[in-house]
Order: sequence, then C-alpha cells, then structure tokens
Amino acid sequence: MSNYSMHMLVCGGTGCKSSDSDILVEKLKKELLKQGLEETVQVVMTGCFGFCEKGPIVKIMPDNTFYTQVKPEDAEDIVEEHVVKGRRVTRLLYKDPEKNTAVEDTKHMGFYKKQLRIALRNCGFLDPEKIEEYIARDGYMAIGKVLTELSPEETISLMKDSGLRGRGGAGFPSGLKWEFARNNESDKKYVVCNADEGDPGAFMDRSILEGDPHSVLEAMAITGYCIGADEGFIYIRAEYPLAIERLKIAINQAREYGLLGENILGSGFNFDIGLKYGAGAFVCGEETALIHSMEGERGEPTLKPPFPAESGYHGKPTNVNNVETLANVPSIILKGAEWFSSIGTEKSKGTKVFALAGKINNVGLIEVPMGTTLREVIFEIGGGIKDGKKFKAAQTGGPSGGCLTEKHLDTPIDYENLVANGSMMGSGGMIVLDEDDCMVSIAKFYLGFTVEESCGKCVPCRIVNKRLHELLDRICSGKGELADLDRLKNLGEVIKDTSLCGLGQSSPNPVLSTLDNFYDEYYSHVVDKKCPAGVCKDLMEYFILEENCVGCTACARACPVGAITGERKELHTVNPDICIKCGACMEKCKFDAVILK
Amino acid sequence: MAKMDFIKLTIDGKIIEVAKGTTIYKAAKKLGIEIPILCYMDLENLNIENKPGGCRICSVEVEGRKNLAPSCSTDVAEGMLVKTNSVRVLNARRTIMELILSDHPKDCLTCAKSGNCELQDMAVKLGIREIPGQEYAEMSTYRLDTSPSIIRDMDKCIMCRRCETMCNDFQTVGALHAVNRGFEAVVAPAFEMNLEHSSCTYCGQCVAVCPTGALTEVDHTGKVISALSDPKKTVIVQTAPAVRAALGEEFGLKPGTRVTGEMVTALKNLGFDYVFDTDFAADLTIMEEGTELLDRLTKHLNGDKNVKLPILTSCCPAWVNFFEYHFPDMKDIPSTARSPQQMFGSIAKSYFAEKIGIKREDMIVVSIMPCLAKKYECQRDEFKVDGNPDVDYSITTRELAHLIKQANMDLVGMEKSDFDQPLGESTGAGVIFGATGGVIEAATRTAYELYTGKSLESVDFKQLRGMDGIRSGSVDFDGLEIKIGIAHGLGNARKLLEEVKAGESQYHAIEIMACPGGCIGGGGQPLHHGDSSILSARTKAIYEEDEGKVLRKSHENPYIIKLYEEFLDKPMSDKAHQLLHTHYFDKKKNTFEV
Repeated sequence: MSNYSMHMLVCGGTGCKSSDSDILVEKLKKELLKQGLEETVQVVMTGCFGFCEKGPIVKIMPDNTFYTQVKPEDAEDIVEEHVVKGRRVTRLLYKDPEKNTAVEDTKHMGFYKKQLRIALRNCGFLDPEKIEEYIARDGYMAIGKVLTELSPEETISLMKDSGLRGRGGAGFPSGLKWEFARNNESDKKYVVCNADEGDPGAFMDRSILEGDPHSVLEAMAITGYCIGADEGFIYIRAEYPLAIERLKIAINQAREYGLLGENILGSGFNFDIGLKYGAGAFVCGEETALIHSMEGERGEPTLKPPFPAESGYHGKPTNVNNVETLANVPSIILKGAEWFSSIGTEKSKGTKVFALAGKINNVGLIEVPMGTTLREVIFEIGGGIKDGKKFKAAQTGGPSGGCLTEKHLDTPIDYENLVANGSMMGSGGMIVLDEDDCMVSIAKFYLGFTVEESCGKCVPCRIVNKRLHELLDRICSGKGELADLDRLKNLGEVIKDTSLCGLGQSSPNPVLSTLDNFYDEYYSHVVDKKCPAGVCKDLMEYFILEENCVGCTACARACPVGAITGERKELHTVNPDICIKCGACMEKCKFDAVILK
Repeated sequence: MAKMDFIKLTIDGKIIEVAKGTTIYKAAKKLGIEIPILCYMDLENLNIENKPGGCRICSVEVEGRKNLAPSCSTDVAEGMLVKTNSVRVLNARRTIMELILSDHPKDCLTCAKSGNCELQDMAVKLGIREIPGQEYAEMSTYRLDTSPSIIRDMDKCIMCRRCETMCNDFQTVGALHAVNRGFEAVVAPAFEMNLEHSSCTYCGQCVAVCPTGALTEVDHTGKVISALSDPKKTVIVQTAPAVRAALGEEFGLKPGTRVTGEMVTALKNLGFDYVFDTDFAADLTIMEEGTELLDRLTKHLNGDKNVKLPILTSCCPAWVNFFEYHFPDMKDIPSTARSPQQMFGSIAKSYFAEKIGIKREDMIVVSIMPCLAKKYECQRDEFKVDGNPDVDYSITTRELAHLIKQANMDLVGMEKSDFDQPLGESTGAGVIFGATGGVIEAATRTAYELYTGKSLESVDFKQLRGMDGIRSGSVDFDGLEIKIGIAHGLGNARKLLEEVKAGESQYHAIEIMACPGGCIGGGGQPLHHGDSSILSARTKAIYEEDEGKVLRKSHENPYIIKLYEEFLDKPMSDKAHQLLHTHYFDKKKNTFEV
C-alpha cells in the first residue's frame, strides 16, 4: 500500500465528466508518472463538488487548493508547478467576483462559507467507486451501531426525535413514515429509494448517488432493519447511467464486504438491494405511481389511502424515501438526534440541498441549514445575479412550486415559509430570474412541463392544465383579455382542489404564484399588449432608430415581406401591420439601428 | 356487528350511520342524495368495481380537508362533515364538466350513443350551456379504428377506464390499456395498433360499459334494410334467446319483461320472409354437443387415453377467440359443435333452402344477437360455402330496437305472434342458453336421458344457476357422478382453464360464457349503465320463459327429430359433422399477456 503525501481530487460528476474531467485524470496520472511521483501523489476521481459553474474542479489536498475550469491541457502545469515546484497555478484559481482577486482555498470562497454539508458530506471528498474510502469516513458505522446497540423501535424513535422530514417534496416526517411501515404486519416488506429525480434543473439526487452511493445503501439497510424488511429497491431513471454504474459497483462491494446480503455484520439481519429503472416520467416520482411502475404497470398514481406503508410494492408494506433524505440518515444515527435537530428552524430540521440555476453567478449544488435566507443563498453563496442585473424572483420547488420575490429575500427558507409564500420546497430546485425574465412566460414554461408530464389519469391534470396553458399562450401572444386573468385563477384553484395526486394539485402553483406577485405584468400583457421584460415576441415591434439608421437599405432588402420602406441614405421605417417579426432586418443591420420594443 | 364498526357522519346537514369502509358516495346514496358520477361504476352482484378516481365529477367538500374529496373512493370517517352541493363543489364540478366537454366532439346529433350517453346526461344534469374558450381549445384526436365487431372513436374517450377494467380485470384479455401521457393519454391496444390486430376477443364488454360514443358496435342495420328491400332475396331472421329478455328495455319496459311475441310481430312487420328462432339451433347444439359429451365420456371411462376430458362448451364466440389467442395448445378440449347462430345459418342455407326451393345465394340470413363477437363469428371463413356466409349479417339487440323504431313501431302494446316453422320451434332447454349455466343445464337434461334411458323427474338443475363467477355442481347419472363446472367472464374461464392445463381439473364438462351473466349480459344488449340488477332481472325472465314451455328437453323438439330424420340422419353423423361442427386455430398473438 502506498502512502501518498498529496491527493488530487478531480470531480467525476456528470457535468464535469462531460467537460473532459476523465481525460484530465488520465493526463494528470501521466504527468505524475513522468515525474516519478505516481507513488507520492494520488489522483482521485470524486463525486460532485457542487460548484458546477466553474467545473471541472480539481482540489488539491492537504493544502485545500481549489482549481476551477481545468482542462486536460492544464495537467502539465498543475504537476510541474504545483506538485514539483510548490507554486499554485494562479490562472486556475477561483477569482472572487467582487475583489477580482484569486482565492486560494475553499474556506475563503463565498460559495462554500455558508454551506453545511450533511447529505453532501462525502461528495467531492472520496472515490465513490471504492468502499474503503467510504468506510474510512465512518461509512457503515451507523448500520453497525444500529445492529449492535439499538432496537428498531429505538432507532425509529431517534429518527423521530431528529425531526428529519422527506426531502422529496412533501416534507413528511421520516421517522413517522418508518413507524407506519413497521406497525403494519406482513410476511414481506420493502424499502424503496426514490431516485426518480425529475424537477427541471434539480440534480442533487444524481450527485449524491454519483458521489456517495454507499451512504444511500447504508441508510436503506437501516430503514430495512427498522421496518422489518429484507429487500430494497432503488428506483432510478435510466437517464442517469453514471449513477447507475456507481450504484452497481457499490452494491457489489457492499455484498463482498458482508454489508449487504445475509447476516449483515453477524447480526442475523438480512438485507439486499436491487435496482429498478424508470423511463424518465416525472409522475413516477409520486410514490404510488413509482410503485406501479416498479411492478411493470403504467406509471400513474392511485388514491391514498391505502398508503404504501400499508399496501405498496406487490401489495406489501413499503417505505419510500428520497435519496437526499436517506443520505442524511447515517450522520443522524452517528451524531445523534440532538445534533441534527439543533440545525435548522423550529419545524424544519437539518439542512437542504438546492440546485442553483438561472441568472445567478455561481450555478451549482449547495447545502445550507434550514432557515438560511434567500438573500444569503442568492447573493452570498450564489454570488449574486449575472451581469449585475436586478433580481426579480426565485422559482423554487420546480414545476410544482412558485416564485419568491424581492419581498421574500429575508424570509428564512423552510418547509412552512415556502408554502406560506405560495411556493414549496419540492426537491430543491432553485431557478433565479432577473429583470429580463417575463413571469408570464416562466409560468407558461413550467405549466408546459406539467402538461407534458401529466399521466393523464384525472381530468384536472389532463384537460384543465392544457386549457390553462392555452390561456397563457394566448396572453403571451397578445390575444389575452382581462377576463382571462380571472379564468386563470379559477381554473388554477379548481385544479388544486380536485386533482388526484400531488403533481396535479401543485401544478398550477407557478401560475397562481406569479399572478399573485406579478399581476401588473399579466395586466400589461392583456391590457397594454406589452411584455415589460421584452420576452414575448408577439407583443414586441421592430423599430428603426433614427439616430443610428444610415439608410443603407440592407434591412429593406432582407425583409421577406416588404415591410420596410425608405429611400437610400434616408431613414427607413417598419410597417408593423406587414411585419412578421422574423428578425432578418435586425440581423442584417450593421449599425444597431433595428431594435425590438 | 359490533358497534364500533359503524360510523356516524353528516352529509348536507343530514346525519347517517353507515358501516366502516363505506364510501361517501354510497353513504350519500343511502340518504337519497345522488352525487353525480361519471367514471365510477359498481356492478355490485358481479364484484366489478371501477374507481380510478379520474373524472373528479363526484368531488365533495369535507370539512377540515385541504382539497375536495372524490366521494366514489373516499371512505367515511367518524364525525365527518360533508357538503355535496356547496358553491365550491358546484363550481369545481361545473368547471370540470365544461372542460371534459371542451375535449369532446360536439357531433351528438349523429353519434351512435345520442340519447343513451352518460356524458350527455351529465351535461344536461349540470345545465352546461356553453364551453368557455372552446373556440381556441385544442382537441385531442385519434385515428378511427374499425374492426369486424367494434368501432373505436377515441376522440370521444373520457378516460373513465371502465373498458380497461372489463378487459383486464374481469376478462383478463388485456387488449385495452391506457397509453401516452397527459392530453394525449387514451385507452388503446398496445402500441396503438388496431383492435383487429390485438388480442381482443370482441366480447364487447368494453362497449357495454362505455359511457360515451367512444366504443360502439359496427352497425349493420343499413345492410339489413337493403336486403329486406331486395325482391330477389329471401330474407330470414333468427333471434337469440337473450334478446327477448332485454329488448323491451329499449322501449321503456321494466328490465326482465319478456317480449318474445311482440318481437316476432315486429320482425314480420319489418318484412322478414321467415322469422325463426336461434333457440331451435340451440336445441340442435344440445343434440350434437350432448352426444359428443357422452361419446367422449364413454370412451374415457373405457380407458381410451386419446380422449380428453373435460369437454368445454363452444357456443360463445368470444370464448372461442379467447382460447384460440390465449390457450391455443388446448384447442382440442372444447366441443367441436358450432354455435347455435352458425348451426342455424348452416341448416337454413342447406336444409331449409332446399325445402323452399331456393339457391343459397338468394337467401339472406340475419341474426339478432345480444353479442358483438357474433358479428365477427359469422365472417369467419370456416362458416362460408364458396365465399357465401351461412349467416350474412349479425345485428345486436340495440340495433334491432333502432330498426323497429325507424319503422314507426313500438313494442309496447304490440300484438304477439308465433315464430315460423320449421326452424322456429324450440324447447325450454334452448331458451336457457341465454343465461350462465343454461347451456350445461340443457345438455344435462338431454345427456341424462340419453345416457340412463330414464326420464328426468325434474328438469330444473338449480345448483347450476346463479351469478357467482365460478360455480360447480354434480349430477348423478345413474350411479355415475358427472361433475360440472361453470364460468362466466373470461377471467373466471381462465382460472378453470389453468386448472385443466395443470391437470388438476375435477370436471367432466365445463360451460363457459364470456359475458357477465352469460348472453343476457352480452355486449350487444341494451346498456345497463352500471346497474347490474338489470342482469339478474333478465336472467329471471329467461328461466320464466323456460318454465312456460311445454317441451323443456332439446331431444323432444319435434322439428329437431324431423330434421335428423329427413336430413342429418343422427347426431355426429358425417353430414352433421360437415354442417354442424368446426375446428379451431392457433391464433396466439404477439401481445403481452396480462
């Protein structure tokens, strides 16, 4: 065994891999070999660091150097400069956007300063394909503790005391869920890990499975022990090939080590895990739909009750938990309920992972204590809005969620506050919008997603959402009327009131929440026929600026419908009645004289 | 029952106590409050319940609950306060109905289901007068699918899933299932192929429960009218036993009212040259099938290893399709006897055509059937002579009602007439073919007397009757105990068939009917709209007709005796084989088994 004095942690998440981080790893190894340092420096391909905006990431330990946007051709410099000569490669260091100075290590980076990583504790620190590394970071200690020191009841009670709630969306107390499944007697029970992550822009579950698969396996075994199940399944979408690959490796390793299978750690407890692949249907994240899909049936929800805890997979009591929820479990067992419940707010304990996306400087995956404010997330961790634009709203909870606006910036984020403000936690997608975003279009985008992803079982979700989408489309194309806004609200309320499952019930949230917070914008669309953000093309007109137009006739010649008139070397004008808004004139104009307004 | 099993709740201000596990919908019904339903269907005495909770029309307000509750599938709870008609409920219900209609064609005037459509009735009940936004509402649209028996016009599908419940849960045929997502979601055969290429047996139970015009029968009334108006053709008609027990419902008569004589008058008035009875052919079926049973039984008892028991009945064409598709390896088990419809056609176009001196090409045989699979059956190549089918057109009870109404007639108050001879005479044994257990009871009556040489004291084998999906009985054939199994519904048939396949069947003979209750519940019958007590009433009518007959054993039918004397020689003779028996095919389809 080698004793390495230095470790190079290279991100092997899906994002960084697609930016050639796997080639980078090979190059680094080759360079080290060239220098004869292969026994001194170890290159480790880890899971996601979260700072995807600046990927691929290379972190060098023990000095905590954080290199960003590293390309395979940088390998030589890193080895020669950093390793051999002991000098940091300044051009690869992260630059503080405000001070514009290079930041040498993660402790001083705004992105990491306010984060507290529990679910993501191992992501970016270990090689997910080596069980030894997980074990070295206290992996499988929790299952050991549970099997040797705690009864199932004691473990459930510990989980209840911790206050952990489901991270998949609804926020149901996990310990209580386990207790229900335990109390239903049956010859067979199942543990299911819901890895059917489907919110647009959310990728925390994928990152955990790619970066720390064993924590999920360990937690599932603990769940199995608690509820009395000997079999578990991970329902994962087939579009996550890397996560699937790493799970397969992890399951095999755990079996080899006797941490899955028969008589785990000599305790007499048996538990094994299999994989079930989903075809990428959003609705299959709903637990009854997920179970039907696992059974080979059409992935559509059924009414609850019966809950899966009573009648789930093949009619047997089944406990379904989301990936992120499970990833918290081993830490809670090891560090105690008190530790976990000391983090967060009164009713929402622990941390939450968010996927930051949209018009924000630091796109990526973050984990913060519950109760962190939106301002801290967006402006401190997220580094503020791109290009210095003005913050408009943050869409949380994905297509089921709503918008939080400037007035919510100082509201502590937790389950209750999000719902009270017309949004929801969901799985933790957070898309930041700036002044250039049209809220009607945003609502339409999300609703379009729901319309596509509805299973079609119940009328509200199948037909009413479609009509809602048609109304929004009309509003965006300038055909809307004032009465349509009342209709939007009524249809939205009816969908909430009558849909069969959580997907339908929450689907009008983006519409209702933008109507609430940005009524003026809707009003402009339907009454003034204007899109204040300048997004809805049908509500814009092409216009030629007198001060810039030189009368070159390029625009008039480019116009396919003859909407532009004007003599040579004189101002040209667009006839809006003829214009088809193709944009050819704007493209052709060399003087920035054609604008949309 | 212990006190704690009862639950007290308040619905629209009225207090009621109901058993635990009762739904809000059923509790309200007990109070006389009819909460509107659309997708929900409860065929109580058949144990079939469809409650996907999809239409949300039955939503009600429950105090303390965040959203509205679907009353069809929400159980009552102690102290529950339910409002079925609050403003919130009424608004939601109306909005949902308007939007269901926004994706439904507005061609009610020419729709096959007009006047008999649950969606139309609901629009009337809720007083829908306009559909806001219809002018820009996109409609989901699908390819029209026409098969020999059933037309699928999925533009009219409201995704109630009743057809799916019948096809998968009850029949275990698995031809129909929801496909696609969201607005494009629809019920269809796998890969949206045509019904004809699926494992559909044409039992028509999907049609029988469809609340709209999405699933209807292929209409042959036009062809029948054309035939009747062709002076060169002799048009004869046969009526199946179950038709007379249900046709009256189409004219407002109480379910279970028998209209045999009125029906015959109406058919004569419509211009049929001869009005005959499929019951006659049912008696003939018993002669052939009963003889085959005795033949196989005797050989089996004598140790002939090539002879297999049990013998399975073969008069139900959907059942024949079912085993040809799903159990082709067992196609030598059912009786080779053709169905009564086909026996009739075969005899009509040979024996009877000869008798009245016309060529078979100049004869048109029409059958009135409670069945949609009969439309397919009469088109099978085995039942054609030089391309000329034994039965030209098969129309349903519903289609006959339309014909009668078109001709300005009403069955109510119409005088009664008798069937024509020689193919109109039947015994009670022929009549009970219409109800589950009837064929095997009729066969038992004849087989017993032929086997034992004794006369039955009572012809009523009540142990073989009833509505349970699988029933069994045994009859003492003079010391030989004959064990009989009965199944109605193809799901139940499947269970018996699996037993036979596994070599575990205890029966000598099994009767199978594809439809609930037998032919009286066929896919071509007047629609029961979810009221399964109608099926029981029809069954009662069938047995009453049997009891009213002077002759109740097939082998005593004088015209059957004469037919054998003059034409067929004896049961299972060469001629009988040629005209009255058939063979089956391996039609296993490349589809998924349920």
